[in-house]
Amino acid sequence: MGANPSPARRRRTTVAVRGAVGLLAFLAVGEVVGRSGLVAPELLPPSSVVLARLAEIVGDPAFRADVVATVLAWVISLGLALAIALPAGLLLGSVPGVRIATRALVEFLRPIPSVALIPLAVVLIGQGPGSKIALAVYAAVWPIMFNTIYAVADVDPVLRETAAAFRVGRGRFVARVLLPAVAPFVLTGVRLAAAIALILLVSTELLVGGARGIGEFITQAGSGGGRMDLVLAATVVAGLVGLGANALCTAVQRRWLSWSDVP
Amino acid sequence: MAPMLEVRDLVVDYGDGTRVLDGLSLAVARDEVVCLLGPSGCGKSTLLRAVAGLRPPDGGTVLVRGRPVDGVPDGLAVVFQDYGRSLMPWSTVARNVAFGLPRDLDRPTRAARVREALGSVGLADVADRRPGQLSGGMAQRVAIARALACRPTLMLMDEPFASVDAQTRADLEDLLLRVRREYGTTVLLVTHDIDESVYLGDRVLVLSPRPAAVVDDLTVDLPSPRDQITTREDDGFVRLRTRAAERLRYPDGAPETPRA
Ligand SMILES: Nc1ncnc2c1ncn2[C@@H]1O[C@H](COP(=O)(O)OP(=O)(O)OP(=O)(O)O)[C@@H](O)[C@H]1O
Ligand SMILES: [Mg+2]
Repeated sequence: MGANPSPARRRRTTVAVRGAVGLLAFLAVGEVVGRSGLVAPELLPPSSVVLARLAEIVGDPAFRADVVATVLAWVISLGLALAIALPAGLLLGSVPGVRIATRALVEFLRPIPSVALIPLAVVLIGQGPGSKIALAVYAAVWPIMFNTIYAVADVDPVLRETAAAFRVGRGRFVARVLLPAVAPFVLTGVRLAAAIALILLVSTELLVGGARGIGEFITQAGSGGGRMDLVLAATVVAGLVGLGANALCTAVQRRWLSWSDVP
Repeated sequence: MAPMLEVRDLVVDYGDGTRVLDGLSLAVARDEVVCLLGPSGCGKSTLLRAVAGLRPPDGGTVLVRGRPVDGVPDGLAVVFQDYGRSLMPWSTVARNVAFGLPRDLDRPTRAARVREALGSVGLADVADRRPGQLSGGMAQRVAIARALACRPTLMLMDEPFASVDAQTRADLEDLLLRVRREYGTTVLLVTHDIDESVYLGDRVLVLSPRPAAVVDDLTVDLPSPRDQITTREDDGFVRLRTRAAERLRYPDGAPETPRA
């Protein structure tokens, strides 16, 4: 395989190369703009400075603790959101009565921007990590739940009939038919939810004092000395964390959901 | 002894007022293969659904071994018309075939049943593949193997050999005849193909357009075992297929004018 890579692998290599080229171009623009004098270097430091600062803060135990705090809160939020949204979605998708009974409530809650709930959460839950996790869970539940509801409706009626004809009981139907059938849609939901949850976590950390994390680091760097180089370096880390999570989702999809044509 | 299957005055109405089935009656004896021949949309799949207990009738009765059907009868297996969609794309072929097996079988017995069923449709070597990696004809054979694995006493087959090439189709037809000889399975089979209905059936029921009614009941008295070449040349075969074609074409009786 080394001399003659598979088409899939070659395609992946091409994607990686193009991505790297795009990133380098972006960094180059950042460098040029930063050094051109168009903007003050304190406000928009050149890429090289940001990267140097990135190397520094990655070595800083305090910053690493912040990253761990955010990532941990993220994992917990997504786990909780999945634990709530998947069963809820299966129930709402399978039982029309429940769906109709909850429709008004859902349609009322859904359009509220989760960020607007930050003050409410802080009042109700306090300034610890509880608030940001609650907010992230709340925001992450929606995309997972709606994708699940949609996926349940999308299960092929022929498969339902097949299961009925072979006298497959409810539990086995859920395990062997329903869950595998909805899995690709749920994963897509988790992907959307992961991005939204990260936004909520970092926003809450930014706005609420005392909630440890990348967001708090950014607030302190930005307000204290106006250190935009540190702010941008920390922002890059937040982006990298998101990138890593997306790669994880892609790996899960390749490993377990390769039968599906849901992207 | 009660017949394997008896349908009396069956009515099915999907709700828009026009009845898909309106008083259909038929009977299938034990160990018999009965082919249903009818125009598209006349209600054949609907009939099978009612017989399988998947849809309660809006009138009339369905009796399997003399007992009214409520829920899926024991010993029944179905090969669906949309065989491709009735397989689970996430499960291997072997797990698909095992899907319908009774829960109380132990692991070795299950594995043996799956192997045997796959072997009898000539697919022993694809047990670990996924349905998406199979051709249409192979997927169809998996669906048939899944039904066979249950050792059904009554097998409902909805156009099981549609959309495969002629050679595979002939092989699958002979497979079905072999299975019914070996296991004594009673078969109710829907087809569009007149030749196939005569080749496979002990009887051929010709149905009218919707709402389906039995317009002819042809007893196929051809020598057994049947053979793809000689049976189809038999004078009796040719007579039966002509008769079936005529009844399908003119369900209300042939026109008066003599045909050329
Ligand atoms: N679930 C359903 N709801 C409403 N109408 C239906 C439903 N299923 C079938 N029909 C209608 O009932 C009629 C008979 O359908 P059915 O599938 O039984 O026909 P068929 O004889 O099997 O046709 P084909 O040979 O094309 O498979 C058709 O007109 C179809 O549109
Ligand atoms: Mg049909």
